Amino acid sequence: MESIGVLMTCPPPDPYLVEQLEKRFTLFKFHSIPDKAHFLNSNKASIRAVVGNASAGADAQLIHQLPNLEIVSSFSVGLDKIDLAKCRERGIRVTNTPDVLTDDVADLAIGLMLAVLRRLCQSDRYVRSVNSCMEGRLVSSSLAVPPFLQIDYYFLQVCVFVLLNIDEVITTLGYISKVNPDCSASLGTLGLRNGAKFAFSKSSWLNFTGKSVGIIGLGRIGLAIAKRAEAFSCPISYHTRTEKSDVKYKYYPSVVELAANCQILVVACALTEETRHIINREVINALGPKGVLINIGRGPHVDEPELVSALVEGRLGGAGLDVFQDEPNVPEELFGLENVVLLPHVGSGTMETRKEMADLVVGNLEAHFLNKPLLTPVL
Amino acid sequence: MASYANQECFQSNDDHPMVLLHRLPSFNSPLKDILQPHFHLLDPADSPEPASSFLSCHAKSVRALICIYNTPLSAETLNLLPSLELIVATSAGVDHIDLEECRCRGIIMTNASTAFAEDAADHAVALLIDVCRRISTADRFVRGGLWPVKRDCPLGFKVGRKRVGIVGLGRIGLEVGKRLEAFGCSIAYNSRKKMPSVPFSYHANVLDLAEDSDALILCCSLTEQTHHIINKDVLEALGKEGVIINVGRGALIDEKVLVQFLLRGDTGGAGLDVFESEPDVPRELFELDNVVLSPHRAIFTSESLEALHQLVFTNLKAFFSNKPLQSVFQIE
Repeated sequence: MESIGVLMTCPPPDPYLVEQLEKRFTLFKFHSIPDKAHFLNSNKASIRAVVGNASAGADAQLIHQLPNLEIVSSFSVGLDKIDLAKCRERGIRVTNTPDVLTDDVADLAIGLMLAVLRRLCQSDRYVRSVNSCMEGRLVSSSLAVPPFLQIDYYFLQVCVFVLLNIDEVITTLGYISKVNPDCSASLGTLGLRNGAKFAFSKSSWLNFTGKSVGIIGLGRIGLAIAKRAEAFSCPISYHTRTEKSDVKYKYYPSVVELAANCQILVVACALTEETRHIINREVINALGPKGVLINIGRGPHVDEPELVSALVEGRLGGAGLDVFQDEPNVPEELFGLENVVLLPHVGSGTMETRKEMADLVVGNLEAHFLNKPLLTPVL
Repeated sequence: MASYANQECFQSNDDHPMVLLHRLPSFNSPLKDILQPHFHLLDPADSPEPASSFLSCHAKSVRALICIYNTPLSAETLNLLPSLELIVATSAGVDHIDLEECRCRGIIMTNASTAFAEDAADHAVALLIDVCRRISTADRFVRGGLWPVKRDCPLGFKVGRKRVGIVGLGRIGLEVGKRLEAFGCSIAYNSRKKMPSVPFSYHANVLDLAEDSDALILCCSLTEQTHHIINKDVLEALGKEGVIINVGRGALIDEKVLVQFLLRGDTGGAGLDVFESEPDVPRELFELDNVVLSPHRAIFTSESLEALHQLVFTNLKAFFSNKPLQSVFQIE
C-alpha cells in the first residue's frame, strides 16, 4: 500500500496519526505545500485518499481536482468540511470517527459549564497572580513565551491596582494573614472599583447543581451531556428537528423557546445549512443576562459578532466556547471577560481519544484498500 | 449598637431565645440581620468590653452559640459558657472548634454540610475535569494569543475511565461519587466506617485506596487522624499519572511533599481549593500546567450561602422547640 497517495488537507492534527499514515502510505501534507495548484497537477494521479478534520476536508473543488480519489477519512465526527453530495455523485467513500470521542466531548461540555459558572479559570489566574505579585516575581501565563518576556497580563493589572491603592491593599492583606480567610468576602474588596479581574463578588459565582440545561441536538453527544447533567440534578430539555419519542426530557419545537426556558444552553448538533447561525440575536436575548451558552459544536453554529456584543454588553450571562467562527482566531474582546472560558477546539483532545480516532482513520483506509468492510462508514 | 455595658445580664424569653454570636470582629455575616427578628442575639464583637468579661457577665445562661465561619472556639471560651448545649457551625469543617471539650461536655454540634455538600461536590468535580482536560491551561493559551502561533495546545487525559477514590464518604463525598459515576468513573472510598448501603467499593485505608485509584478526591474533615493523611507513601501508591483533588482542608496533605512530587512529575496533577498556610500558596505550583488552584471558595456561591442561612435559622428554631436538628456533626 506504500505507493498509495494520501493527501492530508488539514494541518497535521496529531503526531501519532501522521506516523501511522506514513508507515503505510505515501502521505502528502497539503497544508505546508507552498504551490498547491502545481502540486495537485503533478501528483493527482497518485492520490487515492484524503484525510481531513474539523478545519479542512474535501470540498467540491478539491474533489474535482483528484480524479482517482476513492475515500475521504475524516479525523472528526463532524462532516461539514466534506462535500457529501459530490462524494455521493462520484461514489467516493466517506468515514468519520463517531463514538470514540462522545465521552470526551460531553465531559468537556460539563467542564465548561462548571468552569464558567464557578469562575474557575479566573480563580486560578487570580491565585497565581496575586501570590506572585506579593513575592515580587513575574509569572508566565503562557506556554511558550521565553522567560524574559513572561509577563502575566493580569499580573500587570494587579501591580497597577496595588500601586494605586497601596493602603487598602496592605490593610486588607494584613487582615487576611491573621485568619483562615473567607477569601471571597475580604479579597473581593481588592478589585471592586474598576471591575478588575480580581473582583470576586459573591453573586457572580453560581452553583451548577439544579440549573436547567437545554440541549440543541440529542445525538450521541447530546445524550451523553444529558446523562452527566442529570447527576447534578439539572432538569433537561432539548430541541431537535423532530421530537424523540423514546426520550424523557422536555421537548421544545424551536431554539428560541428552548433558550427562554433554560439557564444553560448547549450546542451539540451537527453543522449543516439549517443549523448555521442557529444561535442568533433572538436566541441570545431569550437566554438572557443570567443565561450561559456552551458551544462544543462548530463555530458557525453561532453568529459570533452577535455573541461577542451580547457578552460585552451584559445581555448574556456567560459563555464556554471550544469552537469559533475562524479558528484559530478568537475575538479579542472576549479576552478581558471573566464570564467566559475559551478553549482551542479540544473537545476530543485527550491522549486516549486521539489515538482511538487515529486508529479509526487508518483502520478505515486499510479496510478500503484491502476490500474489506469499512469500520465507520458515512457513505 | 446596643448598650451592653449597662445591663448586668440578659434574660431570654420564649419568643426570642438568647443566642450567642461568636465571631472575629471583621467577620460580618448577613446572619445577624436574618436572625435578629427571631432571637435575642448577643454579639460580644460589637461590644467595647473584652470578650472574656462580656461572656462572664452576660452569657452564663446562653444555651446556643453560632460560630461564624472559622472563628476559633477554644476550651477557654467554652468554659465561660456553662449553660451551652448547642454549637451551630457555619462551615462544613469544624477543626477550628475544640471538639474534645465539646465531647466531654456533651455539647451538640451542627455544621453546614447539608447546605454546602452539593456546592463542594460541584467544585471537586470542576477541579477534576479542569486538571484532566487542562481547561484553565487551555484558556490561558487562548487568552495569551498563542493559538494562532502554536496551533496545538497540549492534550489532556480522559475523565471518564478514571478510577476515583474518595477519601471521606460524608455528604460531600457521596455527592461527588454520584456525579462522577455518570461520567463512567468507577468509584471507591475510604471512610471511618464502611457503608454497606452505598454502591461503591470500600478500602480499609487510604494507602490501599490510592493503589487502586487514578484520582483521589479529599472530602473528609481535618482531625488529628487525618492530618497529612496524604503523605509520601500515598502519593507513591497513587502513581505518576495520579491526580489529587482537595476540597477539604489544606493540612490533609503534606504540602511540601506534594509540591516535590508534582515538580518531579511523580504525580500527574492536582486541583487544590485549600492550602496548609492560606493565603500563601507554594509558588512552585504557578509554573505547572497540570495544577489548578482556587482560593478556598468551594462553597461561596449565593445559593449555598442562602441554604446555609436557612439551615442555621431552621436548626435554631428546632433546638428551642425541642425538635430534631439537621446536619448534626458526630464528634468522635
